[in-house]
Amino acid sequence: MTYLAEIHVMPHKELLDPQGKAVRNSLPNVGVTGVQDVRIGKRIELTVSADSEATAREQVEKACKAVLTNPIMEKFEYSLKEA
Amino acid sequence: MKFGVIVFPGSNCDHDLLHVFGTVLEQEVVELWHKQESLEDFDPATDTVLVPGGFSYGDYLRSGALARFSPIMQAVIEFAGQGGRVIGICNGFQILCEAELLPGALLRNEHQKFICRNVYLKAGTSDSDMTHTLDADKAYSIPIAHADGRYFASEAVLNELEANDQVLFRYCDADGNVTQEANPNGSVRNIAGVCNPSRNVFGMMPHPERAAEELLGNTDGYAMLAGLLKKVLVTS
Repeated sequence: MTYLAEIHVMPHKELLDPQGKAVRNSLPNVGVTGVQDVRIGKRIELTVSADSEATAREQVEKACKAVLTNPIMEKFEYSLKEA
Repeated sequence: MKFGVIVFPGSNCDHDLLHVFGTVLEQEVVELWHKQESLEDFDPATDTVLVPGGFSYGDYLRSGALARFSPIMQAVIEFAGQGGRVIGICNGFQILCEAELLPGALLRNEHQKFICRNVYLKAGTSDSDMTHTLDADKAYSIPIAHADGRYFASEAVLNELEANDQVLFRYCDADGNVTQEANPNGSVRNIAGVCNPSRNVFGMMPHPERAAEELLGNTDGYAMLAGLLKKVLVTS
């Protein structure tokens, strides 16, 4: 089976996100004045071959914990569906 | 006794280290290609592995995140586990943190800019190979060149670092005062470099190898590297 995982990686809430701050400060330049905060993360898509959904989840979680995110600075969540 | 400089795709301070350790400090120094799977020629009791600055793997995903999985890094982790000296500078520091050989992580600079200039550092401890010969009151001028240099660790880890005397360097002003104004990138507690609890793995964002010759107009980095060499010579 082939599964598609959509992973969202975000910097921890308590950490300053300078990228988001710079974007927030730029928005008034285009007339967008109501935005209080911007936080920028990443979306990562994995196409996974696995015998079952459980095996696919296992692989996705291992990839997230070992490589795709650094738990000191980021958290992740993901959704999985059959491709 | 020898030094090895790891070369990753995207390293760009490897030759600075080869030059300073080979020509300036007159030591045996070899290049270690990142695909190499073993450090069998390296003796943890006498040899030192240097992880250079640069942009390994183009800083893709996170700085140092992919280099950490280069074949040589498993050997570096084992070498460090046997007590071998490992020193990471700039991207090398980021790689050692990603490899969990050092605590903490390096985040995007507070003001989102790549910063390339001289900053002042003072030793955070005299109990390390990198700082044992330094003047505790002196502010050393050393260049930084990074976008992801904001050192971060949880409060619990920071307290442990300080309790164990693992902070190697702090950003300070020209008079040696550790102030928020003298902190170029927003690093927690002005931390510019740390070591591991066993005191054989070292990481720092500033570049002492870029400030080690009269010709370059700054020899403050030489003091750190010569101090390191002195320690290596005594123990080997």
